[in-house]
Order: sequence, then C-alpha cells, then structure tokens
Amino acid sequence: MTIKLGVPSKGRLMEKTFEWFAARGITLSRSASEREYAGAVDGIDNVELVLLSAGEIPRELAAGRIHLGVTGTDLVREKLGQWDQQVQELAELGFGHADLIIAVPAAWVDVDTLDDLDAAAAAFRARHGFRMRIATKYHRLVRDFLRHAGVADYALVDSQGATEGTVKFETAEAVADITSTGETLRANHLKLLQDGMILRSQATLFRSRAADMTEADRATLQQLCQMIGVD
Amino acid sequence: MPQSPADRTAARTAIRDEATRLRALFEAAGAQVVDPPVLQPADTLLDLYGEDIRARAYVTSDAVRGEQMLRPDFTVPVVQMHMAHGAEPARYTYAGEVFRRQEDFPDRANEYFQTGYEVFDRTDPAAADAEVFALIREALGDLPLRAAMGDIGILTAAVDGLETTPARKAALRRHIWRPRRFRALLDRYAGRTPVPETRAALLASADPLADCAPLIGLRDRAEIAARIERLRDDAAAPPISENAVALLDAILSVRETLPFALDHLRDISVDLPAIAPAVERLAARVEALSARGIDIDTLEFEASYGRTSMEYYDGFVFGFYAEGRSDLPPVATGGRYDALTRVLGQGAEIPAVGGVIRPGLLLDLRAAP
Repeated sequence: MTIKLGVPSKGRLMEKTFEWFAARGITLSRSASEREYAGAVDGIDNVELVLLSAGEIPRELAAGRIHLGVTGTDLVREKLGQWDQQVQELAELGFGHADLIIAVPAAWVDVDTLDDLDAAAAAFRARHGFRMRIATKYHRLVRDFLRHAGVADYALVDSQGATEGTVKFETAEAVADITSTGETLRANHLKLLQDGMILRSQATLFRSRAADMTEADRATLQQLCQMIGVD
Repeated sequence: MPQSPADRTAARTAIRDEATRLRALFEAAGAQVVDPPVLQPADTLLDLYGEDIRARAYVTSDAVRGEQMLRPDFTVPVVQMHMAHGAEPARYTYAGEVFRRQEDFPDRANEYFQTGYEVFDRTDPAAADAEVFALIREALGDLPLRAAMGDIGILTAAVDGLETTPARKAALRRHIWRPRRFRALLDRYAGRTPVPETRAALLASADPLADCAPLIGLRDRAEIAARIERLRDDAAAPPISENAVALLDAILSVRETLPFALDHLRDISVDLPAIAPAVERLAARVEALSARGIDIDTLEFEASYGRTSMEYYDGFVFGFYAEGRSDLPPVATGGRYDALTRVLGQGAEIPAVGGVIRPGLLLDLRAAP
C-alpha cells in the first residue's frame, strides 16, 4: 500500500509545494510529459504523488481517496461541512496567502464596519425594493460570517471570476473575495471593511480522517511527519 | 436505529401513520386538511428570511421555473393559501415531510415529518393561542414533557416604548431576532461603547463627500448623503438612559412560572407603561389557558424564548421538550405570526397562530425506556 499525497496540478502553488517538500528532503516531480498528471516521489518510500486541481483536493480528502493533500484553508472551509471532523491540519506551508474579505465602494464614506454595512443594507432594501447584493464564490463562508455578525437584508450573488468588477457593472453592491494585496481593490474603487476579514487563508497540508490505512501506511505517515517536522 | 431495508420501511410507515393520526385529531377538532406542494417558489422564502434560509433549506432549480425550495416548513404556504382564497375564520391541518439542511449538526434529520394546526381567527386571539397550545399538548399524550413559552410582543412593545428616536427603535426592532446585534446596537445607543473612529471622523468632517473616490454601483450619492444625515441626527440624540436599558434587561431576564412572570412583568410595566397592553394580552392568554384546563402554575415563562430560532413569530411562542433530553430538538413548537400574514397578504392581514408536532420524535420518545 502507499500513501497518496494530493498536490495542486499547476502554477505557483505546485512549484511552491514542490519547493516546500524539497527543503524537507522529499523530492516531488511531475512526469516528463506536461500533459500527464502523474508524478514521482523521491526521498521517502511508499508515497504516491497525485496531481489534482486545488479546488478538488478538499473533496478528495473528505472522501478518503487521498491521505494527504495541499490546498488553501479557504477551499477546505468553504467546501467541507464541519471541516475539522473530516480533515486535520498538519502544517501551514507559509505561501499562497490570501485573505477572504468584504469590500464596498471606496466612495461609501459612511460605511466602514459591518454595523454600517447592516444599516446601509436596510436603507438600500427600503429604497430599491431588493436586498443589497454581495458578489462572491464563497457562499458558505460569507453567509456564516454575516449571520454570526448579525448582518441582515443582503443577498449573495454568485460570481466565479472578475468579482471586483461586479459593482461597476451594477450586478452587485459589494463583494466578498480573496485578495492577496489591496491593489485590485483600489484599482476597482473598492475598500475593505475594518472588521470585514472573513478568513486568513494559506496553503496548508491536510490529512484525511476518512482514508483507510494499513499498519505499513501508518509507519510511512509517521516517517513523513518526522521529515516535515510535524508531531 | 433501524438497519435493514425492511426495518427502515417499517419505521417510516410508523411515522407516517402517526403523522396521519395526529392530523385526524386536528381534523376532528374542526380543522380543514390541506396539502401544500413540496416544492415552493424560492423567491417568497428568500424575501422573507434573506440569505439565512439558504443555510437552512435545500434549493434546487430548473430552466423554466427558476429556483425552488424543498419546503422547510408548512406555515408559509398555508398562510399564502389562506391569504389568497381563505374564508374567515379558518383552521387548517396538514401532515408531511419538511426538509432542512443540517450542515452544522450532521446527526440531526434533514428530512422529517411534521403535523400542524393553524388558526386564522380575529375574534379572540388569547383564546386562539390557548386553543393551539392545549390541542398540541393533548395530541402529545401523557409523555413527560417540559413546556417553554415566551412572548416576542412584550419585547417589541418595550422597544417601541423607549424614549429615543424612531430610527433607533426601528433598528432595534429589526434585530429583535438577532440578540447579538440587538445588544451591540443597544450598547451603542446607550453610549456604553465608544463611537468607532471612522464614524467620529466622518461626523467631524464638514463635507465628507468632498473628495471621495469615484462613485460606482447602484447605491447613489443621495443615499450616502441621507445616511450621513441619519448618523448626524443619531449623534445629536441623547443616549438611551441607563434606567431604560436596565428595564429592557429586566424584561429579558424574566424566567419563572407563569403567575410569577406575570406579576413581575406587571411590576416592570409600572415603570415602562408601554408594555402594559402586551402584558395584559399575556394575562388574557393565561386566563384562556386556565379555562382550557392547563395547569398554569407549573408552566415556565421565559421572556427571551424564541428570539433566536423562530423569526416569523411575533407574539406568543411555545415549545415542548422531552425532560432530561436536551440533546433532542423540541417535539413540538408553535406561536403567533400576525406579521407574516401582513407580509404575505398584500394589504390584507389576519391574526394567526399555529403549531407543529414532530411525529418521528414522538414515537422515539414513547419507545424510549
């Protein structure tokens, strides 16, 4: 048996993950053909590299089809209900930083906190006849956050990309999106709410609580944990 | 837990039979049987509950009818049906499955039966409250259950009676069902929490919109200016007095048997006369319950009951719980929802009260040793 390690299949996230493991004596590499999503692992036996889309890694972990997986905290928390029952955080990898935030037009000088957002939403609904729209792809995280904060009279509208543009196109009044820097926000005439930080996310190594393991697999996992410095 | 397919089928059949038996009891009490569809148009529910309903109900869609919800309860479709076609007064009963997402409580059922009884009657609200409570209690049989009850109307009346601006009252009323935000607003209006720096700066500025960023989106300059105006008015308004906050807290902490609670609330109404009519409605309800043979001396009244889970209830609220089983949801719940008939009635309204039983839980409790 082998332990399956899921890693994002392309881009900086893959390269950084490879570097992170390499620094700990585990060499991950993609097979020679760029088209084939298979890879090799050197430095430890009985570990198999599985290259997957970062967005699919949470689901594969929850289903137990991979034992370990690298993906963003944001994706795990958005996609898995009661995420901590399904996966365990083993290590934060220190890259892929992204904050899930709520932003409103910078010209809304009267709105700086969730308290303001709630009051503005009530007035907006009374004036326009529909709820203030917040564009996002992180529906669960944003809804839970706003419910906990007691914000009402808003509606989430789905936006799978170019979310910052939705306000200008008047398909939303505010956005909840991932931002690694504030530049995109500023360029789109948006600003952060002071208490609108929903989640600080980074690339994280997760362990599936559902994947079957033999005694040998447990030994492999223990060895791997030792190499990467996780108790 | 039943395991084999035969056991599971038998268990479901038993629940369905129990649901139907309960419905027959309500029918015999004078209710008309109704059977709303499982799929409900999503827009009505979304409009009523906002985004929160998506965390509680299953949404599905097709290309023609758009978004539909698997009914999370029967009350909304029954109210809609009554407001569209119903003669007055009316009593309805129904039995069927409801569907609730349970992402935070995976052990709880996401599909279960409910049998309900709903009364639309303007003649005597206190009597209608007592009728629903007594009928539900009777239908539950002789199980040892703890009853909890409250009255959202008293809290609403207390907010309306505050000596403060209409805008503050409206904001507090809007958040009665969100206790955390309600408390935060109250603390702000009472001057207990400092004004956020950004707001202080905004209020200090002579022309806050002078050199702001380019305005984008649907919310226009007039709306922003109007809110700044409201914030200025609010800053100029005196704080809600410590005394008034203490009275609100006194109401919220009332939790004792019904006769003592009533005395206590009457005492509070001496200092806060605005709640007197609501307290007298409670008194009339207590009398009507007593007339129905309910032992009011042992009934618990909790003024903050029903603030978190039952957004459309705006008066009398109640629930029945299995003694010693705090792990289980209530076996029956109900309350008054006059405002819901107003929202769904397009100009019409009628006092309405109702309750539901969960037959599945009832059977489990009967079977428990």
